[in-house]
Amino acid sequence: MTSLIARAKELLENKTVQVVIGYEAGPTGVVRPAFITDPAKAESLIYDERCVQNLAVYLTKREVKNIGKMAIVATLPVMRSIMMLISEQQLFADNIVVLGISDDGKLLDIADNKVMQGYIEKSDLSNPAKYKGLLAELNKLSPEEKFLYWQKELSKCIKCYACRQACPMCYCTRCTVEVNQPQWIPVKANTHGNMEWHILRAMHLAGRCISCGECGRACPVGIPCHLLTMQLTDQVYNYFKVYAGTSEKMSSVLSTYEPNDKESFII
Amino acid sequence: MSDSIYKPYLMEIEQIVEETPDVRTYRLKFKNAEEAEKFSFKAGQFGEYSVLGEGESTFCVASSPTRQGYIECTFRKAGRVTNALANLELGDTVGFRGPYGNTFPIEEWEGKNLLYIAGGIALPPMRCVIWNTIDLRNKYKDITIVYGARSVSDLVYKHELKEWEDRPDIKLITTVDPGGQTPDWKGEIGFVPMVLEKAAPSSENTVAILCGPPVMIKFTMPVLKKLGFKDKDIYTTLENRMKCGFGKCGRCNVGKVFVCKDGPVFSYEQILTLPEEY
Amino acid sequence: METIRKLIRKQSLEKLYNNLSTTRKVYAPVIASDKQVEYKYNPAFTDVTFDHIRSTLSVKNVVFPKVENLFYYTNKQTESTITDIDLNKIQEVVLWGAHPCDNAAFDTLRSIFCWDITDEFFAKRLEKLVVIGLSCHLSDEYCFCTSVGLAPNSTKGSDILLSRLKNGDYHADILTEKGNAIVSASPELFESVTNEEAEITSVKQKFNHEQVTAKLSGAFENPFWVANSLRCIGCGACAYVCPTCACFDIQDEARGKEGKRYRSWDSCGFGLFTLHTSGHNPRNVQSQRWRQRIMHKFSYMPERNNSLGCVGCGRCSSGCPVDMNIAEQLEALQNI
Repeated sequence: MTSLIARAKELLENKTVQVVIGYEAGPTGVVRPAFITDPAKAESLIYDERCVQNLAVYLTKREVKNIGKMAIVATLPVMRSIMMLISEQQLFADNIVVLGISDDGKLLDIADNKVMQGYIEKSDLSNPAKYKGLLAELNKLSPEEKFLYWQKELSKCIKCYACRQACPMCYCTRCTVEVNQPQWIPVKANTHGNMEWHILRAMHLAGRCISCGECGRACPVGIPCHLLTMQLTDQVYNYFKVYAGTSEKMSSVLSTYEPNDKESFII
Repeated sequence: MSDSIYKPYLMEIEQIVEETPDVRTYRLKFKNAEEAEKFSFKAGQFGEYSVLGEGESTFCVASSPTRQGYIECTFRKAGRVTNALANLELGDTVGFRGPYGNTFPIEEWEGKNLLYIAGGIALPPMRCVIWNTIDLRNKYKDITIVYGARSVSDLVYKHELKEWEDRPDIKLITTVDPGGQTPDWKGEIGFVPMVLEKAAPSSENTVAILCGPPVMIKFTMPVLKKLGFKDKDIYTTLENRMKCGFGKCGRCNVGKVFVCKDGPVFSYEQILTLPEEY
Repeated sequence: METIRKLIRKQSLEKLYNNLSTTRKVYAPVIASDKQVEYKYNPAFTDVTFDHIRSTLSVKNVVFPKVENLFYYTNKQTESTITDIDLNKIQEVVLWGAHPCDNAAFDTLRSIFCWDITDEFFAKRLEKLVVIGLSCHLSDEYCFCTSVGLAPNSTKGSDILLSRLKNGDYHADILTEKGNAIVSASPELFESVTNEEAEITSVKQKFNHEQVTAKLSGAFENPFWVANSLRCIGCGACAYVCPTCACFDIQDEARGKEGKRYRSWDSCGFGLFTLHTSGHNPRNVQSQRWRQRIMHKFSYMPERNNSLGCVGCGRCSSGCPVDMNIAEQLEALQNI
């Protein structure tokens, strides 16, 4: 990863950016996000198969933004998240430098958003292979079996909202679960309320989820909640033939009406 | 078994005063005579008021402990609980847990002049101690009240302001922000710190009690210092978010200090030792 | 009472478990289908694990359930009635096989729930709890009990502490009257001790908690908090998996004219936790919330509750999606 380190160093030295968001190995060896502000510390940046967290979540975090202009180590899901954030007016393209990383771990030259868009369009945007199998298994179940499966899984939920907090697309300053007039979702964690929360979360991400799997990875009790959003990613593709995070002009599929939208699924 | 610490007293709304378009004062009477008999509180204490089914909200007791048989609370419609409270009518039930927290040290203030300074909806937490000391009028020297609000319609306790104004043994200065006056407004026009500076009450043998929005406190403190008030002679209340009211739920602390147990009343001398977390 | 050490053979342990689980609620750890270790009520002995390092969630829910009803109410016209929860209906629970860190946490929780006035919901559940602890013969890099004044075989919080011997039998340290009552009910299962040694894991000490506490008193404004919490995403995972985190919310739930008031777990990591109705928030950014978490456990609690707010179980760190490793941070704080 010498090219990544060199690029990060250069961006910090010539003050193009004030912080590089990337990955490092912590003192205990666990790979975690790093916020490099000192060019001399760029050496600690790493990139390998352990670097899985979707770093785009930090692009909207106040204390990170406060540091200044940001560069971000960006695999395909991160690039797609950036596109989504720009399309939803949460991010200005001019304010970030994308240190793109290809599927085979090479530093890409992402000069601007057009280049990034080109790269994204060339890529396979369907759900990652490792999740496709699980989804296929789930889809073999009858609706009743599916319901029982999710009821069992979601009964474990403790409402810590790690799924929400880990998701770059869940940037709302006040989430629906925090609205109490009326109280849409019960505050407490019980099976019924947990199901309401996870269905709501999945619906809010339908057509916006970029299939990074971060929500499921973040869950401390091991609920595969990413399968809910990924299932909707498949559904949205089936009906609208679009994947999220492909252009900065993209409008939200489920909140935008197009005359040629399919209506077959409404009734 | 004694009653649960989370179980509220059931109170009946005996009187409603519409203070401003979104601020109400309720007079609450215990439904259970035995509970009423046992209940007592002191100036500065607070409670958890609830509408069963909607939840609890924290505010001080706004009436004076010298007025027995009821308590009063004044609240602004803001969140779920206060909106539900505001929809209640005479005779409806309100839950009340309390009293919690510490008190204004009014015994220590005996023989001194009292200067009350309040802004907007922060008069209610002070009304309790104001009436308490007025009801024990001969124990205190001069009582001065400086009260400001954004506009004339935002002034709360209008009928009492009149009463205080008419009393020869109380000096009342009311003010509204520039632009907030009405044609017949006879009070001051200007922000509380400026009005206070102009009035320039003496700090000699005087305790200042200050309640208001953070911005008012911020600009009033230098004026009080300029007037010669010592940190230990200035009192205020902190209003952090609370749930339980008795030091368990974990959210009102300012550093190691529980606002619900060690407060809500603090001297400015104490405030200076606290981290800025309020 | 004075500790009595007895020997309980592997087969007798099974009998003891079965005796207990046929007569009362026994809460014991099992390995779930997704490999997570979770506690269940009265699982079959063959499903109970004796080889887990830490369960995904702590066992605090036996005394501090994630949802606890506080009372029921009915509104009729202007008349309302409140019905208390009958705490005498709380059943005895035998906590089986929980590790010393988790068991020590009951004392920590008591220091929160029972300082000043007593929270009777917590107190009753604790009164009805019998703890048969299990010393640790396994540990991992997240464990740090030895840094917070505990050890893999600490007896604190246990009524009986089991320690596995090399031959697969167990030492049973009988520590309290509650523990003694269990032994007295099945005296034939307990034998005199032999020379066999217990297998106790060793856990490296990472920091000195007294030094950390001393350092923290002057560290409120330290740039450490911002620098070391940039990656914190502000979820409540650390608080919810923690055996000593006790912050809670109180909410009402109505169904027509009836309903209840309950309390449920809450977390200081959430922005909403301290948000005032006015929009003002005393802990407005994540670094302030992270600071609160550490300060509360290692500075405020030692001072106000006379107990350290951490038992070194390592769950907050192993469960954190972004490696906010508390032991690592405390070690760094000790040296700032």
